[in-house]
Amino acid sequence: MSTHRFALRAPQDTPGTWKTYTGLVLIMLLSAFPVYWMFVIATSTDEAVTKMPPSIIPGNQLMVNLNEVFTLQDVYFTASLINSFITATTITLATLFFCSLAGFAFAKLRFRGRNALMVVVILTLTVPNQLGVVALYIVMGKLQWNGTLLAVIAPGLVSAFGVFYMRQFIAHAVPDELVESARIDGALTLRVYWNIVLPAIRPALAVLGLLTFVMAWNDFQWPLITLNGTEFPTSMVALSDLASGNYVIYRRVLAGAFVATVPLIILLLIGGRQLVRGIMEGAVKS
Amino acid sequence: MSLTQLRPAAHHRAEPPKTPSKAKQWLYRFDIKTVPYALIAPFFILFGVFGLFPIIFNGVVALRNWRLDDPTLTGWAGFGNFTKLLSDEDFWNALGNTFGIFILSTVPQLIAALIIANLLNRKLRATTWWRIGVLLPYLTPVVASTLVFAVFFSRDYGLANWFLSLVGFGQDDPLDWRAAKWSSWIAIATMVNWKWIGYNALLYLSAMQTIPKDVYEAAAVDGAGPWRQLWRITVPMIQPVVVFTVILSTIGGLQLFNEPMMFDENPQSASGGSDHQFQTIAQLIYKVGWKDLNLGYAAAMSWALFLIILIVAGVNALLTKRIGGDR
Repeated sequence: MSTHRFALRAPQDTPGTWKTYTGLVLIMLLSAFPVYWMFVIATSTDEAVTKMPPSIIPGNQLMVNLNEVFTLQDVYFTASLINSFITATTITLATLFFCSLAGFAFAKLRFRGRNALMVVVILTLTVPNQLGVVALYIVMGKLQWNGTLLAVIAPGLVSAFGVFYMRQFIAHAVPDELVESARIDGALTLRVYWNIVLPAIRPALAVLGLLTFVMAWNDFQWPLITLNGTEFPTSMVALSDLASGNYVIYRRVLAGAFVATVPLIILLLIGGRQLVRGIMEGAVKS
Repeated sequence: MSLTQLRPAAHHRAEPPKTPSKAKQWLYRFDIKTVPYALIAPFFILFGVFGLFPIIFNGVVALRNWRLDDPTLTGWAGFGNFTKLLSDEDFWNALGNTFGIFILSTVPQLIAALIIANLLNRKLRATTWWRIGVLLPYLTPVVASTLVFAVFFSRDYGLANWFLSLVGFGQDDPLDWRAAKWSSWIAIATMVNWKWIGYNALLYLSAMQTIPKDVYEAAAVDGAGPWRQLWRITVPMIQPVVVFTVILSTIGGLQLFNEPMMFDENPQSASGGSDHQFQTIAQLIYKVGWKDLNLGYAAAMSWALFLIILIVAGVNALLTKRIGGDR
């Protein structure tokens, strides 16, 4: 029987059969279909969208639809893309910097209370901070930051996951002897961080940076709460504006959705390998 | 006081006896004693102010009258907000919706992820590209993808109804997916499943690849085919990761917000359908807080949701352990 032929090997040593590849191709199609469909509608006319059966090839109206999205009053779509870039980039850079500093301290420096504080970091990993939004809104109100990008950026500047991930990586990637010998040569802590740690953790920075950027770009609930109705929405808030109202024009909404998705598709093409590795490594460690 | 102890005497003995200057000594001492705290301080300060404090302060807000439209109405409410919760039909309705969607999205999601991980756990050509492919939904903004699914599940021009009509359902009277509880839950669960299956598959795949190969060789002698291999060997061996994904999906699933928000005909209303048929708790919190402007009550709801998540995550973790552990 065909099952017996492969059964003597572990699955990862068993070559994929035509069935495996058929299954995988099907999965790829399901995976990509909604994004492709977004593009089809974004390039279509109203008639094409309401045709039955629907047309599955892209139309030639992309520029017309995009033009409508970008010139809509009260949606601020152009500004929203810029705002999303500003917030996601700031959050990513800050997270990489602060989390690698803290991760370095936890992995390689000796100080009183180190283990207890690391336990605190791990505990905070499990707290869903979405549950604090009501009080966060009040805090931002006291600071008079509601309705500004600061309110979106500030809570994202650090992450417990980032500290944890960096600590694990630095503990393995930076040999203790290297740190010791640099110290004997008189290097101060910050110099060790800059000259020894940073060059060694570039792969981890890439992974954490990608994950953080994606999360910041896609964030919706908190930006909606603090930015809704202002002239400074992020692109997700602007999209929800675009889709609200009595008469929703699908080709226009999905043209906007497609534009807001393109940066992430580009990221996936450039950094997909790192992302896959990062997610898979994270799973083994936890 | 103890400055002399800190001088690295052993290493410098060979050098000419040049005592470091007072400033240098101070600098090294500062570097050893204080700098580590300075490195972790940004995390703890920022997380404390914008992460931890709001969650604790939420407890205070929940016990007070706190309205955005009437700042003069303040003072302690005691457990008033919590007792109101018990008799609030909207809350129980949202709780039911949240659980319904949660079950419809978690169970198929994790089973499909297992099967896909098993497919990926083969010797394949272009290994990495398949893995990158399954990650596309994870990266796609939920707000954007939900808008596509909203078209997909729309009554008159939706692909879902077109497929149904091909097999003979609803040709005259197309299904309005948003209208009923069951159909709107299925539509929303489909979106959640689409987003998370690939991500979970990668988690399972990475666990599968740590299983020692001789386990399979031993099983093959007993004549276990690939399908039995998966359920009898692979799944029990990766059980810790399965428990982990169950906990993750519980925490995420019970806080579901983006999909039901954007599936609504009028997302900004946060009503979850004309009759709240797919309004989740996270959505209700948003509506109570920023549409009804009752922050105190919204905070109480957040705490209730937190408790529910804790309990359900604990129960689910135990259940998963039992299911995997009986062999």
